[in-house]
Amino acid sequence: MAVRKTKHEMPEQPPKERIKNFNEVPFGYLPEIAIEEAKRCLQCKNRPCVEGCPVEIDIPEFIKEIAEGNFDKAVEVLKTKTSLPAVCGRVCPYESQCEGVCTLLKIGEPVAIGRLERFLADYERDKGMKIPKKARPTGKKVAIVGSGPAGLTCAGDLAKMGHKVTVFEALHAPGGVLMYGIPEFRLPKAIVNAEVDYIKQLGVDVKYDVVVGKTITVEELLEEYDAAFIGTGAGLPRWLRIPGENLDGVYSANEFLTRVNMMKAYQFPEYDTPVKIGKIVATFGAGNVAMDCARTSLRLGAEKSYIIYRRSDVEMPARDEEIEHAREEGVIFKLLTNPVEFKGDDKGLLKEVKCIKMELGELDDSGRRRPIPIPRSEETIKIDTALIAIGQSPNPLIPQTVKGLKIGKWGNIETDENGRTNIPGIFAGGDIATGAATVILAMGAGKRAARSIDSYLKSKK
Amino acid sequence: MYEILEKKVMSETVKLMKIKAPLVAKKAQAGQFAILRIDKKGERIPLTIADFDRKKGTITIIFMEVGKTTKQLGKLNVGDSIMNFVGPLGVPSEIKKYGTVVMIGGGVGIAPLYPIVKALKEVGNHVISILGARNESLLMLEKEIKSFSDELFIATDDGSKGQKGFVSDILQGLIDEKREIHMVMAIGPVIMMKVVADLTRKYNIKTLVSLNPIMVDGTGMCGGCRVSVGGETKFACVHGPEFDGHLVDFKNLMLRNRRFIKEEEQACKLSGVM
Repeated sequence: MAVRKTKHEMPEQPPKERIKNFNEVPFGYLPEIAIEEAKRCLQCKNRPCVEGCPVEIDIPEFIKEIAEGNFDKAVEVLKTKTSLPAVCGRVCPYESQCEGVCTLLKIGEPVAIGRLERFLADYERDKGMKIPKKARPTGKKVAIVGSGPAGLTCAGDLAKMGHKVTVFEALHAPGGVLMYGIPEFRLPKAIVNAEVDYIKQLGVDVKYDVVVGKTITVEELLEEYDAAFIGTGAGLPRWLRIPGENLDGVYSANEFLTRVNMMKAYQFPEYDTPVKIGKIVATFGAGNVAMDCARTSLRLGAEKSYIIYRRSDVEMPARDEEIEHAREEGVIFKLLTNPVEFKGDDKGLLKEVKCIKMELGELDDSGRRRPIPIPRSEETIKIDTALIAIGQSPNPLIPQTVKGLKIGKWGNIETDENGRTNIPGIFAGGDIATGAATVILAMGAGKRAARSIDSYLKSKK
Repeated sequence: MYEILEKKVMSETVKLMKIKAPLVAKKAQAGQFAILRIDKKGERIPLTIADFDRKKGTITIIFMEVGKTTKQLGKLNVGDSIMNFVGPLGVPSEIKKYGTVVMIGGGVGIAPLYPIVKALKEVGNHVISILGARNESLLMLEKEIKSFSDELFIATDDGSKGQKGFVSDILQGLIDEKREIHMVMAIGPVIMMKVVADLTRKYNIKTLVSLNPIMVDGTGMCGGCRVSVGGETKFACVHGPEFDGHLVDFKNLMLRNRRFIKEEEQACKLSGVM
């Protein structure tokens, strides 16, 4: 029988409907469809997809189990390598990882690995999660700073190895960027909570309201714990650094998304935290965070939602799927356009943004064509809200408060590939070490750090 | 959960609470603040630490009921708990011997001034305190501040206590008397801090102000609390809350503090705390 060339579609909310709610956009596969999709897998001996996965999931193996209808066994295979499959199955850039190297690409579309992972995770969550056997307690204690994807992965893996793990979280909710950054319609918070519950059931203790570096220092943690892992992410917003950026109406993507996602401003006044966006919103930047901002704005009732980006469509860093979803929902893309000034009224309220048209020149350091302003091409766009989504830098709180810790030129913590910093016993990984990247890369870093923490603890005696 | 161990009504709209928060109390220093959230649906609000007791593990907050959250907080009683209380946040005050310092507190701003007055007195400064309030009933911590001050002046808008007028009038008087002043600190309404900073700028007297803008996380993540200081954007939560009063763009700060004024009114009305 010939292999089907295309992925099985995953049903989703139609664009016109979904921009009126915060519910998740795709519905996920039904079991029959999942089995059919799994049957497309060629079960290659060289397993390119596994090499393409930052956390080395045994992809052909779990797909084989799905194809045979053994969902429970498939979950077991999946979870030996990831503690957060429901998250990965939603926000991973599969197209540039596992699916990007799938053998089926030679004849058509790759196996829908991401959708299958998501299907399994949802199947398991609906059924009730099974807690795996833990290794014998080692008597060693590890402190994890930050409960984002890097910290949670590291915590889960260390707990499975038998270590006693405590996670310290600055905010009142777990998940880091999974909670404050990624919107409900892309990653429902109930799912994040369920994944965190699973990690807690592995024996991990999570303490909230602890700002490490302020409430307690890393040095103090090391008096009580045998090792510490720092996964505090890239929480520092970058600014355009143009006039008018402090006007009322200009938000960092972080502030806007934190208000809406973590503080649930979309349910104001039932929830106390407000957000206001007016009628016309412009998001600056074209990464995944920018798409989240532009799409969230529509759901909050914006009549027009622009993406304003200084390069062209091929340079947009967001995943194709996110850009596609944004386009379907009616987000207006103003490309090769760079903001130069925000203007407000006499009350300090944002009214418009002055932009200049750009053209692409020679390649720059990032290997992309450098945008150059076209003289006398200024235009003024009326806006009520500006959302700055041009990236985040590593959170400086810990780098600044740990004496002697080696810091890189971006304010990141320097580590080797296994998450070791220059100080024995202190490990780091995720965006705090690499600068802003993806959830899955942070998880991969958490995983490698867990392994090297384990060998450090064994060598330490 | 963080239990309320003590509650004192300072005036009709100002309440004092001692909150059990041992980790915060252990590290708290003068000039720092905490962020609290009352319940699951609550917002996060910053409140400056008015006092702390490391042994008992308590933090004292003094707040004026101005919005939905502070009004709701004011209704809680001893034995009740609040869901989240995180800190200490921000950079502590620089406590050193300046010589003569003038410590100005206006309204509820007197509360965060108190631990700084205490600390500056303890390292040997000559402390002149100026407290201001709309009227006598709104004046707080007079006795406490007095016990750590070498000189104390009071100004009320209506003259019901001390001199009738503003704290800046008293400061102007001290300057006119040619008193040598090495540092002025002002904490209170933004307009008061602006007036003080405008005055001392003329005489080139170092002036610190403590800002309390709208915040969300309090850890440098959202930038909602950004202020323009000497043309540079700073975050009050991690770079502050104290800044050089001569460099702060107070006009922008006042505008930014009004960002959600309509929503605040709406929230108050709906929850019936108004």
